[in-house]
Amino acid sequence: MTKYSLNILMVVSVILLLGMAHFRLIDNYIQMVAMTIGINIMMSTSLNLVNGNMGEFTCGHAAFMCVGAYISSVLSVFCFGSKFGDPLLPAASVLIVFPIILLIGGFVAALSSLLVSVPSFKTRDDYLAIISIAVNYMIISAIENMDFIGGSRGFQGMKDTVWAMIDIFDGPWMMFWVVSFMFMTVWVIRRFINSTYGKGVNAICQDEVAAEIMSVNTNKIKIINFMIAAGLAGCAGGLYAHIIGYVNPQSFNILKSTEAMVMVYLGGMGSLSGAIISAVIFTMLLEVLRSQAIIDGLLSPITLVFPDWEPSAGVIKWVMIPLLLVIVMQFRPEGIMGNRELSDVFPRLKKFYRFK
Amino acid sequence: MAQSQTQPASAPILEIRGLTQQFGGLRAVSDFNVELHPGEMVGLIGPNGAGKTTIFNLTSGFYQPSEGEILVLGENTAGKKPHQVTSMGVARTFQNIRLWNEMSVLDNIRLAQHYQLGYGFFHAVFRSKHYKQREREVETKARELLEVFGLHDYAEELPKNLPYGTQRKLEIARALSSQPLLLLLDEPAAGLNSADAKELIRLIRWIHGHFNVTIWMIEHHMDVMMELCTRIKVIDFGETIAEGTPDEVRNHPAVIAAYLGDENI
Repeated sequence: MTKYSLNILMVVSVILLLGMAHFRLIDNYIQMVAMTIGINIMMSTSLNLVNGNMGEFTCGHAAFMCVGAYISSVLSVFCFGSKFGDPLLPAASVLIVFPIILLIGGFVAALSSLLVSVPSFKTRDDYLAIISIAVNYMIISAIENMDFIGGSRGFQGMKDTVWAMIDIFDGPWMMFWVVSFMFMTVWVIRRFINSTYGKGVNAICQDEVAAEIMSVNTNKIKIINFMIAAGLAGCAGGLYAHIIGYVNPQSFNILKSTEAMVMVYLGGMGSLSGAIISAVIFTMLLEVLRSQAIIDGLLSPITLVFPDWEPSAGVIKWVMIPLLLVIVMQFRPEGIMGNRELSDVFPRLKKFYRFK
Repeated sequence: MAQSQTQPASAPILEIRGLTQQFGGLRAVSDFNVELHPGEMVGLIGPNGAGKTTIFNLTSGFYQPSEGEILVLGENTAGKKPHQVTSMGVARTFQNIRLWNEMSVLDNIRLAQHYQLGYGFFHAVFRSKHYKQREREVETKARELLEVFGLHDYAEELPKNLPYGTQRKLEIARALSSQPLLLLLDEPAAGLNSADAKELIRLIRWIHGHFNVTIWMIEHHMDVMMELCTRIKVIDFGETIAEGTPDEVRNHPAVIAAYLGDENI
């Protein structure tokens, strides 16, 4: 029973979520937040694989999201859209082709991670951080200069694919895909990192010299680890593009990378459950702080003294969230979970579920 | 890549010919030669900074030699990365213990078999039959090894919580987990008191017989060397200054001069 309890719980909650979305029990806004949470979980858990488990410091994760988003958007417009002429594939095949398109986007993003992983053979820490930022800029600038996919004006037309799905069955399709890809992400990472093969990643983090001497092919493991992380981020990008229906290179800039990093550090380095929890908290917080009423309430002592000042939520949000990070780093530098999993922090939970 | 030369019955496990290592203008090792035959236990001593650890680093593939060649079972290690050299059958320990401190003792032992896992990413993600079988084998082997080393009670502990002597023992166990033919021990008795050192002598002798490995060790405790080694090489400033049985070496004038200084100074 304990072996399947978590799976059952997840399936039930997914069916509940999809059902509520389908019968309009939750409105579009809540659905949007739920999907953003799913995408952020994919981003934080995949970055956690590199920054947490492998102990490398990269801060250009949005670059891979960008590659995945553009590749899958262009493919989906080719296959089902009318922007580049007639659709290549019949609209009926969309349910099979769409996940394949997302996976292709992820695969190309994984290949693009070689731009970071090959330099990581010889550099690490701050130097690798600089390389990863450079790669982030390279990819954004390259796409900005590709006029055939819109350049800096952005690219759209992916909604055709989503409409094609809705034509087949009128349901919350994007929610379904986000949830399934999110589970796939967590599942892949968990299984990889728990195998003796994947523990080579932790060995590199803790002592790279010892890992190399004790027969771990460190370069190969680094490439594989970067590819998994980038590939999953690419899938997240593809989903993001299809939810919004529009992509712009600037939405994958260093700010987006920083968001992913904040989630990893908030959750605790190397903790999968920490990355998930912090992605949920962080996304919720972003949404809560969008409310002008809450910001006004929080800042009422200041606005009482300076009545002329009218703080806008959109700006103050970006004061509050970094401040939160400062406070967390000051009082709990290891993050919410440290490098432990939920079942290590609350050993009693082990009775109720097993997650391998 | 088998070499064309035919192997005699007691072909050397390790053969080093004319090994020279140059760090910029510094000659850390010059013209070093050694031949290790199966079942031997050989020592390497010398004053601080003589180049002993450099020789080990060269042998384990960590540095590429400036000149000379290193043959493991007749195969040249030139251009090989350390993990490839390890998979050829050379395992080593470190002067300062380098265990993976945030991983359980069992995982430390398991990971040394990384090169012979024989499955890749997709097997791990889909938990294929092959993966499950290999994982079971690796775990069984690791637990057996912990059992014979008397470390099975610590299997789930983190290495950093173990006493120093036990960490040394664990590092040797980890090296043996990769099933080496040749074990390089870099100052295994460093930081041990004399009781622990005696225990270590017993352990090394037992490993030598039980695992059927050839051992090459660096050590400063002369009593450990005298007890264990059949042959000792002495180097100073990268040059070989003496070679022979422990007794010959102990009374060799060059060795005394290297350790205690020249009386003419």
